[in-house]
Amino acid sequence: MSVSRTLLALLEPGPRHGYDLKRAYDEQFAQGRQLAYGQVYSTLSRLLRNGLVEEAGVEHGAGPDRKRYTITDAGVTDVETWLGTAENPEPYLQNTLYTKVVLALLSGRSATEVLDTQRSAHLKVMRELTRRKTGGDLADQLICDHALFHLEADLRWLELTAARLDALAEVVRP
Amino acid sequence: MTGPLLVGRDLHKTFGATQALRGADVSVRAGEVLAVMGPSGSGKSTLLHCLAGIVTPDSGSIEYQGRDLVAMSDAERSALRRTDFGFVFQFGQLVPELTCLENVALPLRLGGVKRKVAEAKARQWLERVEVGELGARRPGDVSGGQGQRVAVARALVGDPQVVFADEPTGALDSLNGETVMQLLTEAARSANAAVVLVTHEARVAAHSDREIVVRDGTATDRELVS
Repeated sequence: MSVSRTLLALLEPGPRHGYDLKRAYDEQFAQGRQLAYGQVYSTLSRLLRNGLVEEAGVEHGAGPDRKRYTITDAGVTDVETWLGTAENPEPYLQNTLYTKVVLALLSGRSATEVLDTQRSAHLKVMRELTRRKTGGDLADQLICDHALFHLEADLRWLELTAARLDALAEVVRP
Repeated sequence: MTGPLLVGRDLHKTFGATQALRGADVSVRAGEVLAVMGPSGSGKSTLLHCLAGIVTPDSGSIEYQGRDLVAMSDAERSALRRTDFGFVFQFGQLVPELTCLENVALPLRLGGVKRKVAEAKARQWLERVEVGELGARRPGDVSGGQGQRVAVARALVGDPQVVFADEPTGALDSLNGETVMQLLTEAARSANAAVVLVTHEARVAAHSDREIVVRDGTATDRELVS
């Protein structure tokens, strides 16, 4: 996920200072992995340099003065383009799993066991996500669903591979 | 830990030239949700039908609470299905001529419970699966998702020990399927009923406590390997 684009988009509703931006990000998207302050400020510097944000004055408060940032027209266009562009489908785990299955077949080990082990591991994570989703709010549900659908796709591939192991063995074995 | 509630060992079943089961082992503990997974045609539905006493295996043993299910008479198995088991299928299990309330009350009525009592309990179950307002409607007048909720209520109304669910969300979209699975597993868990859940969908199986995989009519249950 592009942290830079996400921070930029979070500036669209109005100017914010760095701390406020980090808090907004963490509330919506952190899912247990909060942004480091350093990353927020280095990202803001880059966005500033690229003309996607500009400084919008300094906020004076009890603590140190804080710079506020606002999105520029070029920044809004960048966000619009990003939101309108599809993400590249990634190959996820298949390369590693395929390698393991082929190596199992080549070494005379049980490829079915490799696939069964992976299925159990996948289902374990899917159960955890399902439990989290059941007790969670709408944001939790949608985020867990995304992970669940991806894991399900992996599992479909596992089943298909399991059904084709004999054919695969003929192809890969010398 | 107590022993399993239901155990099938080395089950074989042939339909004509098709060997549906070729040595399947499975155990179900009280209150657990067990997913029976596997590709289409692997024999998972036949396994469920054998465990539920709907189909008699050609060989192998099935014990329910220590009783030999295979050796029972048809009448005994029928009675057991009515008193101890509940069923949810993919579709078509509701009686179209009866209202939803009458459908849910049916297992109790067949067991000799008076109409008023049966329908009061059925009404509670319809409320519990969030379709209390559908009692007077017939199955043909409700959506697929609503129909499956009614089916879940009917499966649980008789306080079964085991609910057999064969692809219960197979005809539903993702959101309705999700809701039905949540209602089914939550209701079964709170009633301490076991669920034997046949599915080829991993997201459905993710509602289970553990899974077994049926492949080419064979299945191994790690709980039975000791």
